[in-house]
Amino acid sequence: MKFSILVNEGPYTHQASDTAYQFVKAALAKGHEIYRVFFYHDGVNNGTRLTVPPQDDRNIVKRWSELAAQHKLDLVLCIAAAQRRGLMDKSEAKRNGKDADNIAPGFRISGLGQLIEAGIQADRLVVFGA
Amino acid sequence: MSEEHAGGTAKKFLYVNRKAPYGTIYGLESLEVVLIGAAFEQDVSLAFLGDGVYQLAKGQDTKGLEVKNFSPTFGALEDYDVTKLYVEEEALQARGLSAADLVVPVEVVDTRRMAEIMEDQDVILSF
Amino acid sequence: MMKTMLHTVNKSPFDNGTLQTCLKFVRQGSAVLLIEDGVYAAARDTAVSKQVQEALKSTPIYALRPDVEARGMQNRVMDGVRLVDYEGFVDLVTQHNAVQSWL
Repeated sequence: MKFSILVNEGPYTHQASDTAYQFVKAALAKGHEIYRVFFYHDGVNNGTRLTVPPQDDRNIVKRWSELAAQHKLDLVLCIAAAQRRGLMDKSEAKRNGKDADNIAPGFRISGLGQLIEAGIQADRLVVFGA
Repeated sequence: MSEEHAGGTAKKFLYVNRKAPYGTIYGLESLEVVLIGAAFEQDVSLAFLGDGVYQLAKGQDTKGLEVKNFSPTFGALEDYDVTKLYVEEEALQARGLSAADLVVPVEVVDTRRMAEIMEDQDVILSF
Repeated sequence: MMKTMLHTVNKSPFDNGTLQTCLKFVRQGSAVLLIEDGVYAAARDTAVSKQVQEALKSTPIYALRPDVEARGMQNRVMDGVRLVDYEGFVDLVTQHNAVQSWL
């Protein structure tokens, strides 16, 4: 089956990102396809390059980047939510006159239409939130 | 088991709102998805359960909070062909509200009917 | 063929009414999966155990094992609640037509 995933919360504060990650890993292990993982609300904070979490615990952002690289996952941060919360890629930073960008590898910023499309194209959409 | 939608069969999308407005952003950002999603011509319904019914309350005046009042946006849904707004009867009653207290026309449904509607959906977006 | 739904609940049932709300809307043939803090509802001898046992009569209820174990509840799971791992979670999603995440 093709799954689309929606992650509504940021790293660490809620378990949503962890549960979503474990679900995606399990789905891939079973031979399913992940059409897209879409991050909304504070979920966009999963895409920041600047986290330095404690060494003795999981690195949530890095984990997503690595999984994306390994399985060619499409990780999308909602542009509206990202703009509200200060997640920028290079072109967004330039477009909005910001002096920095902070997006982590494997993530891209795009519109809410990508979430709807993810729901249309997948066999199942699963939401992880708080 | 894969469902083919390449031919354009619209999927049933349900947006579930259970949270009050302003205390958190979920109501506002959920509505933003509805508006963008309207362009995709799917079979869209909105469900308001529990405190979610407060999002539709008349008379929201946010000047003192200095935050944007997003309740007028519900009035624009009709222009986007999003007309199926279901409100949980029990939730209204528990809060001393009736359909007349809401900013837009809605269909008030009992638990059984709401359950029917929800379980008939293809894609459920919760916020 | 009748559609069935997989409902997920991630809130503890004691300070939050989400489980009770979810159970109000679950229909014949659908199932409930307790995840994250929701797994506390699977525990024996609590203030909500009777309600959960009642629901079990008509609804399959599952709990995510890693969440149960993380919270030290593994020896307290009531009879009738089935534990699944993440792959079981994936299977449950495929077995039902859609997922309703109660947040």
